[in-house]
Amino acid sequence: MMLEIKDLRASINGRQILKGINLTINDGEVHAIMGPNGSGKSTLSQVIAGHPAYEVEGGEVLFNGKNLLELAPEERAREGVFLAFQYPVEIPGVNNLYFLRAAFNEIRKHRGLPEMDAVEFLKMSKEKAKLLELDESFLKRSVNEGFSGGEKKRNEIFQMAVLEPRMAVLDETDSGLDIDALKVVAAGVNTLRRPDNATLVITHYQRLLDYIIPDFVHVLADGRIIKSGDKGLALELESRGYDWVLEEDKSLSRA
Amino acid sequence: MTTETQNPKTSGLEAYITAAEALEKSESHSPGWLRQIRSAGLAHFAQRGFPTIRHEEWRYTNVAPLAEMPVRFPTSGAEVEIPEGCSMAGLGAMELVFVDGFFAPSLSTLRSLPKGLTVEPLASALRNNAALLEKHLTRYAPIGENPFSALNNALFSDGCLVHASKGVTCEVPIHLLFLSGAQRDGLCTQPRVLVVAEENSRICVMETFAGVGEASVFNNALTEISVAEHARVEHIKLQLENFRTYHIALIEARLGRGAWLGQHSIALGSQLSRHNIHFSLDAERIDCLLNGLYLSKGTQLHDHHTLVDHRKPHCSSHEFYHGILTEKGRGVFNGKIFVRPDAQKTDAKQTNRALLLSKDASVDTKPQLEIFADDVKCTHGATIGEINKEALYYLRARGIGAPEARAMLTHAFATEIISRIKPDTIRDHVNALVHARISQPEFSHA
Repeated sequence: MMLEIKDLRASINGRQILKGINLTINDGEVHAIMGPNGSGKSTLSQVIAGHPAYEVEGGEVLFNGKNLLELAPEERAREGVFLAFQYPVEIPGVNNLYFLRAAFNEIRKHRGLPEMDAVEFLKMSKEKAKLLELDESFLKRSVNEGFSGGEKKRNEIFQMAVLEPRMAVLDETDSGLDIDALKVVAAGVNTLRRPDNATLVITHYQRLLDYIIPDFVHVLADGRIIKSGDKGLALELESRGYDWVLEEDKSLSRA
Repeated sequence: MTTETQNPKTSGLEAYITAAEALEKSESHSPGWLRQIRSAGLAHFAQRGFPTIRHEEWRYTNVAPLAEMPVRFPTSGAEVEIPEGCSMAGLGAMELVFVDGFFAPSLSTLRSLPKGLTVEPLASALRNNAALLEKHLTRYAPIGENPFSALNNALFSDGCLVHASKGVTCEVPIHLLFLSGAQRDGLCTQPRVLVVAEENSRICVMETFAGVGEASVFNNALTEISVAEHARVEHIKLQLENFRTYHIALIEARLGRGAWLGQHSIALGSQLSRHNIHFSLDAERIDCLLNGLYLSKGTQLHDHHTLVDHRKPHCSSHEFYHGILTEKGRGVFNGKIFVRPDAQKTDAKQTNRALLLSKDASVDTKPQLEIFADDVKCTHGATIGEINKEALYYLRARGIGAPEARAMLTHAFATEIISRIKPDTIRDHVNALVHARISQPEFSHA
């Protein structure tokens, strides 16, 4: 298995958000995590990526057998973890392409591959930019600076296309996207799917899952996964909302 | 070989006074106007001496160690080679090199210049171009309250005259490279630069201060810039001296109607640097840029005191200063903007930001806007902060190591200033030097 999360508990500023997450993702699979606001979806993605503000209080996250929680964020990225941020950070003065080549070559170095030179990298980046229907001028701009919400999200998936992670976590990538942009982003993600990588889609709405078809759907509520199913569960959540799952969970825990 | 005047007393005020008196004596055949500059400078300095932290203008910058430093005054420059990373000659510039304050023809690279453009070492200009110097020298930098300008007036012996006649455009940057060749502590120089850009002329002048050894020296530089009607001047000051040097500088500029002056101050070297940069906007429709970057590490102190004096209507000034400080580095920024009663429709903007990379680094910053006109737009902003943690995390989450990510963000902060430098050759030269400095561990390791 690629990713194995066992009884993961995490807090921020002394407030516990994740209260025992269990999740296993195998090579080639697409998992979706859905849940109401404040259920801990973004916390889970940030804990996987290694955000320093979150404190892991217990449990394990194994990635291809390695304990991810012991690694610095950059080491996780080099192992092949990629988080598409819900709110990509604007970094004035840092050139998009320069930054991405630095990241790309760090990952190559970690895998024992030679660095790619600037010319070759530019060529490859232009190809990938086309996939996301991103104008080439994007490459020359500062990272996310002055990008619209949709452009930022596309830039995230563009980075993913270049870095070719083993495990991509898409945190609310659909928020702020109109339907056309959503299709472009989803097509990008689908093109990148391979038998040896996996995707974790975190979303509040079912909409994105019309285009990125998940193998498994999990409902996260109050820091725990309270229900899992196939793509049918996402549709059911869309039509019936989250309350019935929450009620079901309550009655189960009472029993 | 350096020959040195013998001073009966080598430290304190008296050393300077003795040197100035000796110079006065040796110049007994000089024209009256020059002797007057000398004697007025000497009188002022002898009376005032070095400022102390009791003076409001010097509250945060203590020059007591400088005042006590034993000094000696060279009468010629040492034999040195140009250190790496200082020359602009290979990048197409005309380059005049000065060693220990004196013009060094063998190190210089002269190029053919457009007719009407004069670039001449000051010592020779005092002989050949006296009328021009009489007209301009000290006209833009009155001594005022500044004992260091008085000192420069009393003691300067060489430097450079750059004079562009009406309508002259020169694409070749004029680079003045001031090198210290001293092997022993205490050498004191008074470089003097006069830039006169007549109507509709267009020139670029760069000054670099550097050195070959580790000796503690004192450079007291004074640059006067006159930008006449519709003339355009880019002035770049790059300060790369060793970390034991004291660098005191005054850049005083007066602008005419419709003129443009871009001044870029890049301070990387010296133990202590103090830059007074004063612009007098004495006509309408002037536009100007004050653009500065300083890097402080170890116990370095960089102090910028700027003054933009809006005296007439419809002028704009744009001021941007960034400081990057690590270890026990210090920074001082004081930005004065005067808007006189006449100066309606003034558009003055000042931003000054400091990036603190260690808990022991510190900055004293003071915007000082004095506005006496009512129909004006004046803004200022000052921020002091650390590296943006979310940006750092974002870069790391893509695989970039923490030190590299920090260097990248620090460099980006510097780039905002560097990108305004023109022409591109100088911008890239400065960028390479700043990038190399920022990549050092003290700037990239938290």
